[in-house]
Formats: sequence, structure tokens, C-alpha cells
Amino acid sequence: MSVSKLKKAAIGLATLVFLMTSGHAWADKVLNLREGVTEVSQNAYDLHMIVLWIMVAIAVGVFGVMFYSMYAHRKSKGAVAAEFHENHRVEMIWTIVPFIILIGLAIPATKNLLLLEDASNADVTIKVTGYQWKWQYEYMDGEAEGVKFFSSLDSASNKARELNSGADVSAVPNYLLGVDKHLAIPTGKKVRFLVTSNDVIHAWWVPDFGFKKDAIPGYINETWTKVDTVGTYRGQCAELCGKDHGFMPVVVDVMADNDFSSWAKDQKAAMAAAAAEAASDKTWTKAELMAKGEKVYAANCAACHQATGKGIGPFPSLVGSPMVKGEAAGHIGIVLKGKNAMPPFGAQLNDLDLAAVITYERNNWGNDFGIVQPKDVKAAR
Amino acid sequence: MSTVAAHADDHHGAPKGLTRWLFTTNHKDIGTLYLWFSFAMLLVGGAFAMVIRLELLEPGMQWVDPNFFNSMTTMHGLVMVFGAIMPAFVGLANWLIPMMIGAPDMALPRMNNWSFWILPFAGTMLLSTMFMEGGGPNFGWTFYAPLSTTYAPASTDFFIFAVHLLGFSSIMGSINIIATIINMRAPGMTLMKMPLFVWTWLITAFLLIAVMPVLAGAVTMMLTDRNFGTSFFNAAGGGDPVLFQHVFWFFGHPEVYIMILPAFGIVSQIIPTFARKRLFGYSSMVYATASIAFLSFIVWAHHMFTVGMPVAGELFFMYATVLIAVPTGVKIFNWVATMWKGSMTFELPMKWALAFVILFTIGGFSGLMLGIAPVDFQYHDTYFVVAHFHYVLVTGALFSIIAAVYYWLPKWTGHMYSEKLGNFHFWASVIFVNITFFPQHFLGLAGMPRRIPDYNVAFADFNYISSIGAFGFGLAQLVFMVMVIKCIKGGEKATDEVWEGAEGLEFEIPSPAPYHTFATPPEVK
Repeated sequence: MSVSKLKKAAIGLATLVFLMTSGHAWADKVLNLREGVTEVSQNAYDLHMIVLWIMVAIAVGVFGVMFYSMYAHRKSKGAVAAEFHENHRVEMIWTIVPFIILIGLAIPATKNLLLLEDASNADVTIKVTGYQWKWQYEYMDGEAEGVKFFSSLDSASNKARELNSGADVSAVPNYLLGVDKHLAIPTGKKVRFLVTSNDVIHAWWVPDFGFKKDAIPGYINETWTKVDTVGTYRGQCAELCGKDHGFMPVVVDVMADNDFSSWAKDQKAAMAAAAAEAASDKTWTKAELMAKGEKVYAANCAACHQATGKGIGPFPSLVGSPMVKGEAAGHIGIVLKGKNAMPPFGAQLNDLDLAAVITYERNNWGNDFGIVQPKDVKAAR
Repeated sequence: MSTVAAHADDHHGAPKGLTRWLFTTNHKDIGTLYLWFSFAMLLVGGAFAMVIRLELLEPGMQWVDPNFFNSMTTMHGLVMVFGAIMPAFVGLANWLIPMMIGAPDMALPRMNNWSFWILPFAGTMLLSTMFMEGGGPNFGWTFYAPLSTTYAPASTDFFIFAVHLLGFSSIMGSINIIATIINMRAPGMTLMKMPLFVWTWLITAFLLIAVMPVLAGAVTMMLTDRNFGTSFFNAAGGGDPVLFQHVFWFFGHPEVYIMILPAFGIVSQIIPTFARKRLFGYSSMVYATASIAFLSFIVWAHHMFTVGMPVAGELFFMYATVLIAVPTGVKIFNWVATMWKGSMTFELPMKWALAFVILFTIGGFSGLMLGIAPVDFQYHDTYFVVAHFHYVLVTGALFSIIAAVYYWLPKWTGHMYSEKLGNFHFWASVIFVNITFFPQHFLGLAGMPRRIPDYNVAFADFNYISSIGAFGFGLAQLVFMVMVIKCIKGGEKATDEVWEGAEGLEFEIPSPAPYHTFATPPEVK
């Protein structure tokens, strides 16, 4: 039986069911599981359709008998109740037949699961680390070895998703499904992902790849994909990870081999330049630090302490707080090493970024408590 | 009217005033308290659901901040599971089990009083967290560590204590139910003659005793992790966040059967009455219930396929999980076979029971789909799961409770309910509940994760429909309240038998059931 025939029938049925419940007609795309672009996702789709059809057949049978009975065996039509209340043969049949159907399902399911969990012989390995609330990607080998960056919700979505932002979210491209820096992988290569977390449990999921994997602190989970079609694929964090769980999407660019090579080269060059800048013992002006700090703050701090600096719920205000009023050393210490729910940023940001963001916090929103230089941060590490 | 019951009635009626309810050891009073408490919690948990659906009505954040949204999903789940569904079943058990087995009361009446009166305090403590500094619990009703330990608000310690109290209540309630069923059956009421509601509750009570201590263990470990420097679930201290999930779901999976086995019992009481035909396959119903209870202990990790278990583990839990379809199928086939060649009428309890059979089965189908591990890697933690468990818990557990209320309300109050209000309540509920939850299947398949406060515009249409359905379903339950109050106040007199040909000891005593029944045990042939 061809998949397309199955698909058409499924869409027809799903539409019918939906028409019955809502009375609207909709684009067929959103009704069913996505087929995706990998062998794993295609397997999942096929198995999903098989199970769905078996369920539909059983439903038609069981509900058919039930509705017929409700129609024909009703008291108002003069039906008189029969006396029977057991029949061992029938009971055996409806115990054994479902069991056989289940064995029939278990065979392809087992095969698919073994394929899904076999991450051996990968061409490229990428470490994926979940943070509240962004992803970090690190290339462990291959052309992009050493490339490492954070990927957070893009700024357009981030502004529009503020409470009562008044933004028309349908005008924001890929609302909540766009990030500032995309993960890139080459086509046709088996890419292994090592998935872990820095804080709470997250789950890395791109529906078109056909799987999700939990990112758990203290664990390194392994999974893989192989995509043959160039394109941009989007997903989201799938495990509740705190306040901004809904705002840490996953975006993967699948690139042709040569595009991937030049991307890797660019990334390495950019990383080297940033490292050189941070390492220089230049003394920065307040304006330079403030400009840089604003960006770092938006990407790393605003989710909790808010763009206004006033905090929200359990997250404290930075406006005139004892910390920003006090010695710079105390402020640097908390940002570097963390405190309670505040994560340590020492490993995430370089000295320049840290100095910039701390300066920004101490001099914005009416604060005026002096600037911090990269060398101060270096000394505090 | 049996002379025995009439005689029992003369002894003494109910005391008057507030102390009647405070100090009562009467199973009927305590049953009533449980049922009203659970209805109040249904409204509270429902109000939380309305906040969730209001925020999800349209894309963009319009009403609440994401942290409060998370508190709403958490409290909605906790209040509905521990406040609404479980106490409602215990309330039904209190009212019905002694009457069904011909016992004068529960075996341990003082403990019964205490089991109930813990609940309002536990519930108040749980709800009070919403007003504490830093907000209420915001980590989902499954409270996975370390989100619920290292990263949780201060109010979490109150949540932990509330869960402990709810656990005490459940365990005491279960001990009472087991003691009553084992010791207090009327002469001649052998185990295999017990009504199925009694059977399913007996098995459920054993499940509760087995798993509530496990939940208590999980929250106690959380408590010491949070306050006393232990590291059960903290990887940085040598602990294991996945251990939390194993412990939680070892409780959590039997828990979902705790919420559905008594429902099977209720439906097995109602369908034979209105089909005017004996329940098909009584003994296979009992064995199927016991098999489901056994299987519930060896399938917990199907909630955790994506945590990175060994493949052998994933295979085991997949096989064990899909196996549950067999005994569950037996139950559904038995109900259909009971209707077959019956002489059916469709009074409201029957309508609700039939809606249960169809809609619960839909939830069962999606459950089987979720059990297939390689596809679960797609379904997991999406709205497909949300749709699944609302079909089994709302149109399953809740519908069965409502069916039970319609079925036994005339026995409790002595009056028939208003047919008009009841019919409106039924049709509004059935239509709106499907508008609410059916589109959530599509959302999940299209890739919308659960527990998110905002979404891409691609998910907008179905979320809108789902929210409209939810508002309608919520309002329909207010009609239910009006119907119940009207029925308590008055209405057409119910006969002792209530329903034509209804069987069971509870239909041999007068309507309304006297304050004391079966002071002298009846003879069961």
C-alpha cells in the first residue's frame, strides 16, 4: 500500500472528524504528524499512520456494534433483554486477537527504536547544552571543531513576547521559532548530538528530525540525525524548564558541504577576533562598555531581571539595589559565581563581556555606581 | 421497603448544626463532605484552567506573565488530581460501599472523619502558596527535580507538606475501605458477588497503599535536598535528577489507574441497569481490573522514553505498556456485549456512561499510540499528550463521577433531578469537551510543546477553538451545581428502586437513604 494513499485517506478522515467537532475547514498540513526529513522521522510517521488506522478500524467495529445496539436494542422499540452474560469463546477471542495485533505492532516499533538509538559511526559530533533559557552548541570534531556559541531567542520575538507588548505577532517572522545564531550541520552526514544541561532539565527537539532528547544536568545523552535536504528546520524546548520554557527555540541550518566549510571558517575567524579583543589589556571607556553591556544584558540577563532592571517575581531588582550600590567586587563575584537561582556566568562570558554587563547594570536605569574594566573581572576569577 | 432498614431508621437521625459535619463518623455525611470538597476543588482547578486557556486564546502574551502561567498549569494539575478526582472517588466509596455490601458504616469511622478533615487543611496550604513571596509552585504537577528543588520558589516547602497531608488522607481512606470490604460484608456476600464498584475500589485501595508512600518519599527527598544539604536529585552533589523521575512515575503511573479503576466500576454498575441485562463477563471484569493494577507497576518509565534509558529498558517498558491494551479492551468489549440484545433506555446516568465508553476509548487509543516508543519520541511532551490524558481524565474519570452522581443522587436526596437541566448539562459538556480537547491532538502532532504560555501563529486557530471549548465546558459545570442543589431542595419523589430493575442492596433501602442503614445485616442469596 502506498504511503501517499494512506496519507490522503488519513487526511480525509482527520478532516472529517474535525469538521464534526468544529464546523470549519482547515489546511490539511496541521492535522497530522509531520513526515519530517530523516529516516527516523519517516519511520515514526509510517508507524503512526499504521497504528492510527488500526485504531480507526477497531473504533469503527466497536462503536459500530455499540451504536447498532443502541439503535436496535432499545426498550422503546420493544426490545426484550436477553439472558446471556458470558461466553468463554468470545471472551477468549477478544483477549487473544488484540494480543496478536500488539505483537504485529511491536515488531516494526522495535526495529525503529533500535535505529533511533544507534548513534554509532557518526561523522560529526556536536555537544548541545541546555541553559535557562538558551542553547549552547559546541563542535567536538570535524571542520568546525572548537566552534562554540549560544543560541537564544531572536530579538524581534523577544520584544514581541513581552506581556502586553502590543506587537502584532503574526508580523514577526518565525515568531518564537527564531534564534540569533543558527546551529549548522552538513547534509548527508551522520551528526551525533551529545545532549546535556547546565541547570534544569530541557529537551532538544526538532520535529522534522523525528526525535527529542532530554538535556539533563549530570548526564550526557546521545542521539543522532542525518538530513539529506538543505533547509532551515525549527523546533522548541520540550521539557518544562522554568519561566521562559516557551522561549528557547532550536533552529538548525542544514547546509551543503562547501557552504558548511565556509561557515565553519567564518565562525572560527570571528571567535579568534573576539578572543583577541577580550584579551587585550586596553582600558575601555564607559560609553564602549555601556554599548556592549546593553547587548550582553539583553541576551543573558533580561529574561529574569527584565529590560527595565526591576526584576519580576522571585528575580530581584537591580535598580538601586544593595548589590549595585555596594563594592564592585561583590557584584562581580555574584555574576561570576552565581547565587541560588542566579546561574554563574564565569564560564559563559569572557572578561570583556562580563565587565561590560556589570558596568551597564551599575550605570543604567538611573544607577550611577562606577565602571568595571575587564582586568577587574580577570583579577576576581 | 425492607423492614430491617425501616427499623434502623427509627434509632436516631442526623445531629444538627456545624458539629454534625465536624465530628461526624457517619459514612454518608463523610461521603457528602468529600463530594462537596471535590466539587469546590473542581471549580478552583477549573478556574486555573480558564486562566491557562485565556492566555492561550491568541498568540502573544496578553494576560499573565510566564511564571504565573507555569503556576497555573502546576496548580491546575495538582488541584484536579489530588483535590477533585481522588476525593470524589473516595466520597463515592464512602457513600456507596457500606450500602452495597450491607454494612452499617465504614469499619473505622473515626479515622474516616480524620481522613476527610485533613483535606481542607492540605488544600488550603497548597492554595496559599499562590500568595507567597516568589509565587506558588511553578514546575508542573510532575515537579521534576532540579526545577522543583534548587530552582524552585520558597513556597515549595508548603507544597511538599501539603502533598504529605494529602498522602496521609489517601492512605487512611484506603485502609478504611479495605478493612470495610474485607470484614463487613453481609452474610452471603462473597467476594465474587460484590458489585464491581466495590471490587474496583478494593483493588484501587491496594494501589494507593502501595504508591502513596513512594510519593511521600519523593517529596521528602526534595525537602531534604532543598533544606538540609542532601543531594538525592542534585547531580553536582553526586545525586541523580533521573532518579526523581523514576520514583515519581513509580507512584505516578499506578496513580493514573487509581483515578480510572473506580470509574470502570461505576460504568459497570450503570450500563447493566439501563440495558436491563446482567453485566457481561463479571469475572473477566474482575480479573481485567487486577491485571491492569499489576501492569501499572511495571510500565512507569514509558513517561520517560526520552531521558536516555538503555534500549533494553525502553523495549521492556514499551512492551509492558502496550500490553495494558488487552485487559482494557476486555472491559470495553464487555460493556458493549452487555448492551447487546439488552432493552436499553437512555436516562442521564446512561448517557454519561455511554459518553464515557466512547470518549475514554479515544483516550485509550491515543494512549496506545504514545506507548509505541519510537513514535513517542515525537509525541512526548506535546499537546498530543495533553489531549490524551484529558480524554482519559476528563471524559474518563470526571465523566464517570458525574454519571455516578446522576445515578445515585435520587438515592441520596430522595428526589429525582431536573431532566431539563441535566440534559442541558450533558449535551453542553459533551460538545464543549470535544471542542476543547480534540484539536489539541492536531496541535501536538503539528509540533506544539505542552506547558508553553505563548506559541507561533501556526498554532493559533486550534488554540482559539480549544479555548472557546474550554470556556463552554467550564460554564456547563455551573449548570451541574444548580442541578444538584435543586435536587437536594426538592423535586419529584424518587422510588426506593429509583431505576426500573436497578439491582444492588442500595436500591433495596428507602430513598433518601436513612441516616443509618443495615444496622442488622441483610441476607444475600
